[in-house]
Amino acid sequence: DSKCRSSHSMDKSITLPPNEIFRNLENAKRFAIDIGGSLTKLAYYSTVQHKVAKVRSFDHTAKDTEDDPLYEISMQEEILARLHFIKFENAYIETCLDFIKDHLVNTDTKVIKATGGGAHKFKDLIEKKLKLRVDKEDEMTCLIKGCNFVLRNIPHEAFVYVKHADSEFRFQNTHPDIFPYLLINIGSGVSIIKVESEDTFERVGGSSIGGGTFWGLGALLTKTKRFDELLQLASKGQHTSVDMLVKDIYGGSYVSLGLTGDLIASSFGKSATADKEFSKEDMAKSLLHMISNDIGQLACLYARLHNLTRVYFGGFFIRGHPVTMHTITYSINFFTKGEVQALFLRHEGYLGTIGAFLKGAEEDNPNQYSWGENYAGSSGLMSTSPDLNPMQRARSGTFDMLEMDRLERQLVNLPLLQDPSSYIPDTVDLSEDALAREYWLYCFEEALDGVVKRAVASQPDLPEAAERAEKFRHKYLHKLQTLRHQPFAYGSLTVRSLLDTREHCLNEFNFPDPYSKIKQRENDMALKYFQKAVKSLEELSWEQRQFALVRGLLAGNVFDWGAKAVSDVLESDPEFGFEQAKRQLEERPWLIDNYDQWLERLNGPPHKCALFFVDNSGIDIILGVFPFVRELLCRGTEVVLASNSSPALNDVTNNELQILTERIAAMDPVIQSAVKEDRLTLVQSGSSSPCLDLSRLDKVLAGVVRERHTDLVIIEGMGRAIHTNYYALLSCESLKMAVIKNSWLADRLGGKLFSVVFKYEVPLDKKPTTLDHVPVTPS
Amino acid sequence: NHVVTKKTFPWFGMDIGGTLVKLVYFEPKDITAEEEQEEVENLKSIRRYLTSNTAYGKTGVRDVHLELKNLTMCGRTGNLHFIRFPTQAMHRFIQMGSDKNFSSLHTTLCATGGGAYKFENDFRTMADLELLKLDELDCLIHGLLYVDSVRFNGHPECFYFENPSDTQNSVKTPCSLADPFPMLLVNIGSGVSILAVYSKDYYKRVTGTSLGGGTFLGLCCLLTGCETFEEALDMASRGDSSNVDKLVRDIYGGDYERFSLQGSAVASSFGHMMSKQKRDSVSKEDLARAMLVTITNNIGSIARMCAVNEKIERVVFVGNFLRINTVSTKLLAYAMDFWSKGQLKALFLEHEGYFGAVGAFLELLKSSEEP
Repeated sequence: DSKCRSSHSMDKSITLPPNEIFRNLENAKRFAIDIGGSLTKLAYYSTVQHKVAKVRSFDHTAKDTEDDPLYEISMQEEILARLHFIKFENAYIETCLDFIKDHLVNTDTKVIKATGGGAHKFKDLIEKKLKLRVDKEDEMTCLIKGCNFVLRNIPHEAFVYVKHADSEFRFQNTHPDIFPYLLINIGSGVSIIKVESEDTFERVGGSSIGGGTFWGLGALLTKTKRFDELLQLASKGQHTSVDMLVKDIYGGSYVSLGLTGDLIASSFGKSATADKEFSKEDMAKSLLHMISNDIGQLACLYARLHNLTRVYFGGFFIRGHPVTMHTITYSINFFTKGEVQALFLRHEGYLGTIGAFLKGAEEDNPNQYSWGENYAGSSGLMSTSPDLNPMQRARSGTFDMLEMDRLERQLVNLPLLQDPSSYIPDTVDLSEDALAREYWLYCFEEALDGVVKRAVASQPDLPEAAERAEKFRHKYLHKLQTLRHQPFAYGSLTVRSLLDTREHCLNEFNFPDPYSKIKQRENDMALKYFQKAVKSLEELSWEQRQFALVRGLLAGNVFDWGAKAVSDVLESDPEFGFEQAKRQLEERPWLIDNYDQWLERLNGPPHKCALFFVDNSGIDIILGVFPFVRELLCRGTEVVLASNSSPALNDVTNNELQILTERIAAMDPVIQSAVKEDRLTLVQSGSSSPCLDLSRLDKVLAGVVRERHTDLVIIEGMGRAIHTNYYALLSCESLKMAVIKNSWLADRLGGKLFSVVFKYEVPLDKKPTTLDHVPVTPS
Repeated sequence: NHVVTKKTFPWFGMDIGGTLVKLVYFEPKDITAEEEQEEVENLKSIRRYLTSNTAYGKTGVRDVHLELKNLTMCGRTGNLHFIRFPTQAMHRFIQMGSDKNFSSLHTTLCATGGGAYKFENDFRTMADLELLKLDELDCLIHGLLYVDSVRFNGHPECFYFENPSDTQNSVKTPCSLADPFPMLLVNIGSGVSILAVYSKDYYKRVTGTSLGGGTFLGLCCLLTGCETFEEALDMASRGDSSNVDKLVRDIYGGDYERFSLQGSAVASSFGHMMSKQKRDSVSKEDLARAMLVTITNNIGSIARMCAVNEKIERVVFVGNFLRINTVSTKLLAYAMDFWSKGQLKALFLEHEGYFGAVGAFLELLKSSEEP
């Protein structure tokens, strides 16, 4: 072993800046390490000092001048909890430990949790270098804990692998209940574990034919030492020269049993001869098939025995290797005739260390929080794959990172989703739609200058803002480039994920709210027109008013800095007015036009409670949403306004909305009494995205929705109603409204720029039958 | 009181597998002088050739110890001979049939196994012979039930191992296969087929695996340079697989108690071979042994899972992989018993790999019984 390690000593140095890998070490605590046969995975918890934008209301009773802004914006420091996971080759372990030791200052940690087969080998080294006591944890327990954690907290964690498809990775929706499942861990041997709950799992079986068999037998057969090289050989080989196929025995297929001629009847069945030489590639391929098929078969037998359909595969045999994912998938499809799908995990390599970390952090109760993958600080799937990044490998840049941020709130499903297990937030999967992907990547790249400019402008008092903004530009541009080549890096690529990645990168460089000043200006301006707008609406007849309210809401939504076409106009012509926006709107019939049905519904009894996911600040919320909400309140419908918990683009945040609501209430007795009587409630969505994932919402919101018997959901804006949720099915009535402010997207949907989507949907079982119109007399 | 058979001699049944051809030949012992006179020279010479030799050419072998004596079939009494030769020699065999003008005997050649399909055209064109092709699984079951019913020269055909948990001291014990259904029938040839058999004619193929006898021999040839099954088994009998396999105790220092895995259990087959040092010092015998143990355990494991899924307690292992292979039979007996905590019982049969051929042979007689 020592010989083996010294052979790597040539490239022990880390060429990537280690402080970009082991981040926030100053505040690190609770270390855990998982040392496998070739890779080390390190975990720690850190707290990140992080700027957040807060708004605070001025006291308007004392002095109410026209020119004072409604509220002040301040930057505050907040502490954010973050989990860091880093994966690197064992060759760097000593260098890494040295680096950690040198940078670890404020820690009171005494113990490092350790798991994995290599943990005992490096125990002394770790204890000597870090002065931490190594505390071993059971490998399997860690694995399961880690698996539960990623399945619960990372959407699109699991995927199906389809070799010849346009996008090889088909990410799966996480089922709201992750249990029960089967985990097939293929290390040197195979363990088959049935997991029934967070703490209940059982090793139901296993096999000695695993990764070690492939490696050991492969090394004997081909004289090739490295696992990766064996896989490379295998990917070039032809197994049919070594294996005895059904057609070698039958001359064709075995029809009565439905066994096709190409099926392997006997692995290595042709090699029982002295007079033939076999190529290394062919033998490696045959071996790979033999082992993958065998594991797949056992997995199916166990899945059937325990009546489980969710089967995840992990372990070093799988670890991101397309060849083994393909052969395992093939085998599972064959043996279950498609009834069971082989599922793989994006963060499979981290499960052990995540589990070990969680074991050590039990007193912090990490499982009571929701965590979110930080796209800015995570490398993404296949980042260290030698096939995809030969350059990176040559630089010995084989470090892979995962960062998870602790979210302030626990996230749950919207209780009104018709089928949470089949809900997909995103309308277009850019990983499967190459044209759309090209367009949006280009679009986000084009918009980057403007974002950088606004980021700098949002912090005029901070001279180094320009430099930080450049770092942000570099980082985001790099992400976009990565995604161009590996659209699967963070799960399905979507407009939402591109927007979220940008928010994460902005936050990374302390630009928590680049639009704060713009939002402030717009809010102030729009408020001045509120009373006038309400008055002019009240002068209309009921039916005219309903239409005007909808048009107002749509016109308000045109004001959106997030959409390129609009930001261009706004930037060049800030006087672009509300009335002008209304004129820009498409005339009816709209692209999607259910207005007549909506009007008919308004003729009926009022809704019990409406949940309204709001969009932009300024004209949108004040002149569009509030008058609409006001009408609902007047009808006797309670309203819950759901807004973002933290900033994203120019979307109104919960914090801002509170101040706006107070201010509007002071002007408008309808709003005032509704607030006072709790008929108008503000809740946080739990999100900080311009889009909306209805499967990850603040638990409090879900509670309110349930308590109030919400029977109408209104979703407004492109990000929430078009890019996401366009196809979302709810169990109550819903209204999705947006103006399409992107000509490419409009074109895709069959409309044009400023086309209107007004989608009013009633679930089948809630549709009024003709009987409903017959007056019912009490019996 | 003889039922006069219309079926002319010779009586053969043939099973052409991926690696081996199995041939059963009925040698009538009640030939009358009259018959002898009428018997064509050709037929006589075939009978003499097959019964007076125990080896044919370089690779053909008659398993004399398996011969079934004094069988009465279709009114004729005689001995059933069991002959095998490599499928690779099939063309030489067909050529011989042609040379000996076999087609002039107007016999039906009942054949099963994949080769019945693969070589059908060669029989026709090279030797002017038509094959009666039969399904191999039907033949397997019929042949097995027949041999068990006639018993092995007065002894039971079936056996199991008493005290299977101790492979050193487990004892081969004859038994009867009376009331055999349902049974899980595991046929280990080049590959493996697993059948759930509910009656003589009602069965289903549950699954199969490509890791079978062909895999053992193929990999042994590549790893050790051996050429025959006998050689491979001989090496295996002298080897120690713990030099090749990584055991639970190699990883955990002892038992893995969390999951009650014994330290002596194999954690990773060929796992030690990941290390160059161990690869350099390993012997061919150890490799052959590890190969045998790996394949056997894997078959045992799949068979056990199938038995549990199909709710069948009796698991019958047949096929030529088990020929002269006590290491595997004992290991299978152990594996069934240990992993099922005594629920499952492994049974074996003396005529291991010949049931398909016997089944084909029975079809020949059946076709002659028809009025």
